[in-house]
Amino acid sequence: MQRWIRNFFDTHRPKFEKEGRFHRYHGLFEAFETIFFLPDSTTSQSPHIRDSLDLKRFMSIVILAIVPVALFGIYNTGFYACLAAGKSTAFLPSFMQGLLIFIPLLVVSYGVGFFWEALFAVRRGHGISEGFLVSGLLYPLILPPDLPLWQAAIGISFGVVIGKEIFGGTGRNLLNPALTARAFVFFAYPGQMSGDAVWISGGATDAVSGATALAISAQAEPGSQIPAMLDQAGLGLFELFVGRTPGSIGETSALLCLVGALILIITGVANWRIMVGGVLGVLGTGMLLNQLATGSLAAAMGLPAYYHLVMGGFAFGIVFMATDPVTAPGTDAARWLYGFLIGALTVLIRVFNPAYPEGTMLAILFMNLFAPLLDHFVIQIRLRKRISHV
Amino acid sequence: MPRPLHKEFLKGLWEEIPPFRLVLGLCPVLAVTMTVENGIGMGLATTFVLVCSNVLISILRNQIPPKVRIACYILVIATFVTIVDMLMQAFTYPLYQKLGIFIPLIVVNCVVLGRAEAFASKNSVLPSLADGLGIGIGFTLSLAALGALREAFGNGTLLGHSIFGPGYQPLTFLVEAPGAFIGLGILLGLMNLISQRR
Repeated sequence: MQRWIRNFFDTHRPKFEKEGRFHRYHGLFEAFETIFFLPDSTTSQSPHIRDSLDLKRFMSIVILAIVPVALFGIYNTGFYACLAAGKSTAFLPSFMQGLLIFIPLLVVSYGVGFFWEALFAVRRGHGISEGFLVSGLLYPLILPPDLPLWQAAIGISFGVVIGKEIFGGTGRNLLNPALTARAFVFFAYPGQMSGDAVWISGGATDAVSGATALAISAQAEPGSQIPAMLDQAGLGLFELFVGRTPGSIGETSALLCLVGALILIITGVANWRIMVGGVLGVLGTGMLLNQLATGSLAAAMGLPAYYHLVMGGFAFGIVFMATDPVTAPGTDAARWLYGFLIGALTVLIRVFNPAYPEGTMLAILFMNLFAPLLDHFVIQIRLRKRISHV
Repeated sequence: MPRPLHKEFLKGLWEEIPPFRLVLGLCPVLAVTMTVENGIGMGLATTFVLVCSNVLISILRNQIPPKVRIACYILVIATFVTIVDMLMQAFTYPLYQKLGIFIPLIVVNCVVLGRAEAFASKNSVLPSLADGLGIGIGFTLSLAALGALREAFGNGTLLGHSIFGPGYQPLTFLVEAPGAFIGLGILLGLMNLISQRR
């Protein structure tokens, strides 16, 4: 089998090389060839190789780290869909139901995304980058499960074209493409994305409460005790940590995001400074707000800071989104600050802006824009120190 | 040797079309182009001011002392803006209400002041007239194009007529502020693409 595939690629390669008939499409050819075989070429754009990892391996490890989160997300999604529809909520039916929801979103994400990638690659005459394998998987995981497919398609088109290709493709984008896509859908179709009514629309009954933990926290009256309200809604600290809660497909389980984080940190693929910085940012800001909280201000100010770590998409965002090597800063000091500010902004948006119950997405996109600036200042400060020593 | 008049006119339609080539006057461009109607109305009001102020400043260009020239330009422009403001209030009241503060704000529109400073103060009356007319019509076309993009996809209508049918779910963010920036960026990118091709 292997030899047959090798032969197939070898016999057809000349057609795609310079002077060949299909030279225009050599990017497509390479993309398919490297799915089967290890490429013998090296990358020319960031993320750069720091050791024996090449871009493809790099991306494979990220995907490996996402798999537990994705599997659990599929089960959890199916569970709530079955619950809302009044069907059996046993493991297998739930998982199948989840697959029925997740697979179409994944197919749309990869299909539409690769279409744009291929179009730009052929047009520009460069290879198709593997970066989209990760973006295309992350994108459906951060969508509400009942999003119409055509909206998902428009979103990923915007994310890939405006978020990435216009800036020159993988390695040159300022913004995380998957998050850009989600932000687009969020602002374009607020009705389907609001998140607090996710499960009501999926089912026929009102008996199943659709409110996510973040929606409860954002809508709480001043003076109310949010942890007690969450417990009452079945969204206690433990459930939130494990992820047995309604929400976007992949974001609910902080525990499995932690597992993913460990994989990424141990293999050195993602930078731990960003993640630790983010957690510190959330805890610091949350505790500061706790000190300032009074009965008349927003009830979310009094929410214990650690709740913010397990509610909504923060864990998923800081582990898989914020650490994207292209859009995060490249110097260590800047990474600390970048992570810290993502955490701080997330809490500030969640607490003080009831219109946006989830602040993680906006916080990461906002800090994406500042990443080059942070790097610039870190380098300037270093240079100044050196000059004084001369 | 001055350039022929039609060239002074035509440059405003492509080579120096505001706000894409001459990136000036962005405030009204972003603020009022929710619909085609608004865009055309704003564009025509600006064109009127641009042509009149260009002509008058060109006539007075040797009388205006250089040290206070900007103040004089503003005075001339403000006069015409007041005229257009009152005319619109009298004859196109609904549009006038929609455009609101942005009509008086034409006084500080950089396109108008920029043409006065860069062109009318250095050229005779006829070329200034052609320049003002060209740039003004170019500005109107740009605003109409951006307005069309935002109205069609953001509201599903064009000049108030439904174009995609009742099933269309509008991209509401396009009629809001971020849509203005993204729309402007897309049109600017398309123009650069077309220019490169030539």
